[in-house]
Amino acid sequence: MSFFLHTFAHLSKDLRLEWRSRDSVNGILFFSLLVVVVFSLAFDPTSNPSLARAIAGGILWVGLLFASVTALNQAWSREQRNGLLEVQRLSPSHPSALFLGKAVANFLFVTAVEFVLAPVFAVFYNLHPLGNTALLLLILPLGTWALVVNGTFFAALGLRARNRELLLPLLLLPITMPALLGMIQATTGVLTTELDPVYIASWIRLLAAYDIIFTTVCLLLFPVVLNAE
Amino acid sequence: MSTETRSRATVAVGTLWFLASIAAVVEGFRQAIFLAPTEATMGNVQRIFYWHVPIASVSLVFPYLNLAASLAYLALRRRNIFRALAADALAVASAEITVLYTTLALMTGMLWARPVWGIWWTWDARLTTYLLLWLLYVSYLLVRRFSPTGQTSVLAAVLAIFAAIDVPITFMSITWWRTQHPAPVLRGDGNLDASMRPALYWNFLAWFLWGVFIVGFRYVVERRRQLAAQTDALRAIEASLEIAQ
Repeated sequence: MSFFLHTFAHLSKDLRLEWRSRDSVNGILFFSLLVVVVFSLAFDPTSNPSLARAIAGGILWVGLLFASVTALNQAWSREQRNGLLEVQRLSPSHPSALFLGKAVANFLFVTAVEFVLAPVFAVFYNLHPLGNTALLLLILPLGTWALVVNGTFFAALGLRARNRELLLPLLLLPITMPALLGMIQATTGVLTTELDPVYIASWIRLLAAYDIIFTTVCLLLFPVVLNAE
Repeated sequence: MSTETRSRATVAVGTLWFLASIAAVVEGFRQAIFLAPTEATMGNVQRIFYWHVPIASVSLVFPYLNLAASLAYLALRRRNIFRALAADALAVASAEITVLYTTLALMTGMLWARPVWGIWWTWDARLTTYLLLWLLYVSYLLVRRFSPTGQTSVLAAVLAIFAAIDVPITFMSITWWRTQHPAPVLRGDGNLDASMRPALYWNFLAWFLWGVFIVGFRYVVERRRQLAAQTDALRAIEASLEIAQ
């Protein structure tokens, strides 16, 4: 029970700090908008709706991935600057509560950005989804959690490393590759209806399984990383 | 057994193993180039197969060694630091050989694919998974390189566990996605002519022996590096004590 209380305390602290500064959310939002604009230079999405549908899923996730990586690089900087990780090591609360609170906070930031980004994206890419868009309400959170839970973990893992800004994407990308494949395939499937609903369902199940497995592993191994010596 | 005789025994076993693996590599080369018959449709290009398949198969053994060594390191590091360091040395050695062998398998595969398929690379299930395996262990080596001294082993061991969990999930998800790689030749639909089998088996033996030799050699080198680091640390502590007096 106290585990959840501690998690909630960490979460509310992170949310309050973010509410006052709004650094992460603004950063992620602007970064993903820039990615959307840059990709529109490569092809003309408005003149070719079926092409736009086919690649929109990939572009959306690539943008969110890059934006989350830049934000997650800063995720632990406040803790590190003020020596809070050492304090956490001395305190009786479980280290994983700190991790879970941070991961949920990051998840909420990226999800907030998605809610703003999705309509903008649909307008700029002249997107007319053909499938059941309600499924995106399932795919987006599952995919976001897969990115954020591993991203928060690897940001902590690389915290004291040289080149830590470079290290995070180098670790996160290979590990999240199956999840990325799942979310891109499922999103493209929903947008184009070229994929059988059965396959979309199986990609969603893959995402859910991935989330459960890696959340467990992160929670189990976070104390090891925090106390690495 | 004293340290002297033990290190002598290690050198003797290592030398014998080295000679045996060189002999097997030479015999594998002779079998594959001179004795195996030329393949009917692909011609001499098919001979790459005698290296590609053994190297690729053997490369899949070392990640297990890496996982086992990493788990052993995490379990032992609070109880028996000397054993834990040995496990860590084994983890480095096995990760490096994984990267080396997967690189070789990817390169030989590309050399074969260009004349046979007409393309160097294709995003087929087996190729993609294999490339991801390579990427995962390259990122493992990067973590070892970038991590601060004193934390390298723990952080690398944690990443090794992530990588080991990721490999089956990646394999499964990509297999759903697409498949062009030739079917397995020893079991299943494809079948290999009996006259070609000796070349394949000799190369299996050769690359297994050679891989194990490199792992052992790298392990010994890493152990010596650890020992040197311990000696340096001890000297530094002793020197600081002398100044204090």
